[in-house]
Amino acid sequence: MKSTILKTASSYLLPILLLFSIFILLRGHYLPGGGFVGGLIASIAFVLHSFTHDTEATLQLLRIHPRALIPVGLGVSALSMFVPFLGGLPVMTGLWFDEPVPVIGLIGSALVFDLGVYLVVIGVVLTVLFTISQYSE
Amino acid sequence: MTSNAVVLPFIVHLFTAILLLFFWRKTVAQRIISVMGSTLALTVAIGLFSSVWNDGILTMQAAGWAAPFGISFVADVFSSSMVLLTSFSGLAVAVYSATGISRGRMLFGYFPMFHFLLMGLNGAYLTGDIFNLYVWFEVIIIASFVLMSLGGRKAQIEGSVKYMAMNILASTFFLTGIGILYGITGSLNIADLSLKVGAMENRKLVDMTAIFFIVGFGIKSAVFPLYFWLPSSYHTPPSAVAAIFGGLLTKVGIYALFRIFTLIFVPDDFLSNLLIVLAVLTVLTGTFGAVIKNNIRRLLSYLIVCHIGFMVGGLGMYSEVALAGALFYLFHDMMVKTNIFLIAGLIRKLRGTMNMDKIGGLYAEYPLLSLLMAVVLFSLVGIPPLSGFWPKIYLFEAGFMDHHYALVAAIIIGSFATLYVIAKMWAKVFWKSQPEGIAGVEDGFRPMSNFRRSLLVGPIVFLAAITLFIGLGAEHIVTVVNHIVREMKDTSPYIQAVLEMHVSP
Repeated sequence: MKSTILKTASSYLLPILLLFSIFILLRGHYLPGGGFVGGLIASIAFVLHSFTHDTEATLQLLRIHPRALIPVGLGVSALSMFVPFLGGLPVMTGLWFDEPVPVIGLIGSALVFDLGVYLVVIGVVLTVLFTISQYSE
Repeated sequence: MTSNAVVLPFIVHLFTAILLLFFWRKTVAQRIISVMGSTLALTVAIGLFSSVWNDGILTMQAAGWAAPFGISFVADVFSSSMVLLTSFSGLAVAVYSATGISRGRMLFGYFPMFHFLLMGLNGAYLTGDIFNLYVWFEVIIIASFVLMSLGGRKAQIEGSVKYMAMNILASTFFLTGIGILYGITGSLNIADLSLKVGAMENRKLVDMTAIFFIVGFGIKSAVFPLYFWLPSSYHTPPSAVAAIFGGLLTKVGIYALFRIFTLIFVPDDFLSNLLIVLAVLTVLTGTFGAVIKNNIRRLLSYLIVCHIGFMVGGLGMYSEVALAGALFYLFHDMMVKTNIFLIAGLIRKLRGTMNMDKIGGLYAEYPLLSLLMAVVLFSLVGIPPLSGFWPKIYLFEAGFMDHHYALVAAIIIGSFATLYVIAKMWAKVFWKSQPEGIAGVEDGFRPMSNFRRSLLVGPIVFLAAITLFIGLGAEHIVTVVNHIVREMKDTSPYIQAVLEMHVSP
């Protein structure tokens, strides 16, 4: 897509959208949002970048292929589910730190699970869309 | 008793699948990890079965939310023995896949999907929550769509479209049934539903809800009249995949039928007659299909349909003897059907085709292999004292006791047709000499190294040994089966274990 306005805007939108996606990821435990929505927003940022620049350019920006994020995300989620098991608690029990961390708030295993979902969503969406766009080029 | 061991069988497959995703495109590492993961899962399953057998029903409330509000996972003897048999099949197919699956398929994620499928199966067996059961069914069908269409040949895509359409329809019926059930009882926990549905006064409404589950699970386990997707799709994927599908996927539908129709909807006259009529028609249609087919795998697909009818009929009769027969048949069928599709794959390796008119002379060329296959084929037919024989005795006895003569006749016709079909296959594939001058027939087995050959034959030997044990050590299986039937008839231990309260029987 050859549009100077969009091209200029997307370079500024990319970091803003990424920051916003992390904000959505973190607020998800008490307010609407979470890993899935956050992941979608983050992938929209990269998709917008690939529209205006090029899929190859976005892949270079990412450094790693988005496909590699899928097992990492799944692993993070599965581990957060499995950690209570090692302590003899039922699987998926929410474990929380007592003291809230500044800015982020309370941190628990649910946040780690959501982080995994966030990574999986980015990985899946970008893999699917980039495969289609590279195939059609 | 609460124990975290309940969830281990599917956690093991989950982590194996994730580990396999890290080794994307490294096919040698994937083969090793898959076999190791399956072995670990088998160890876990044996451990789970022995602790359930010794200590009674084990439960685990996910995240510590008490039943009936959270999701319960329950391992009783029925579910843990299904997990055990699935792990046997899983290990055999994992080893077989190491040479039986082309490298191209492995590059596109065959092994991770295989383990996600096994995870879904184990989850479906172990869950104690009906919506969670639906979720596991979704995990199973998503993984099976990928396995079925992986490779992208035209016939495969055609088969997977039929498979997908029918399975999505089945899921819709199942989900609608869950919705209605939740609407009338306000609960999703199977143990809690058992109490609440049992106390319902409007039995017509309960029967109507049950129909949704019969249709949903009926499509999944290929019961008449919704069986046709199975024979038109199961012959398309590679044999290792077909083995998992034929041995395990239709059986998870049967498992769900047994679970739902002993715990939630206890068959009354209406449901019982409905199930028996469906069973008779299923056996007959499967029989007619199997008799006319000439391709080995198509023929076996119709035999699956035929034998599904035996189990549904056993459930329909709903006496203790009938349930014991149906469960015994289920255990025997899981092992034999997995094995027979692996054998079909081996025959394809030996001859390059599965058309019975084009092949022959296997007995002259490979006498030992033929003998091994004969054991499995005869078990499928049920020649005494092999494993298919004992459950049929139970089913006949139950049929005569309760005067279900149509079902008895159908089972006799089904058994004879199985005998006829297998005898035809034996004569054509093994005894007839190889027809001359047929293009495309080549032996892909002889040039293989000894190691690769043993990877193909080993799983068949392993499963044949289990089948022999089921046949020759039938008294052990009968002990297990009778225990399960007692738990099905008197569900209070299950309900008590899940809800952690005392229930008067």
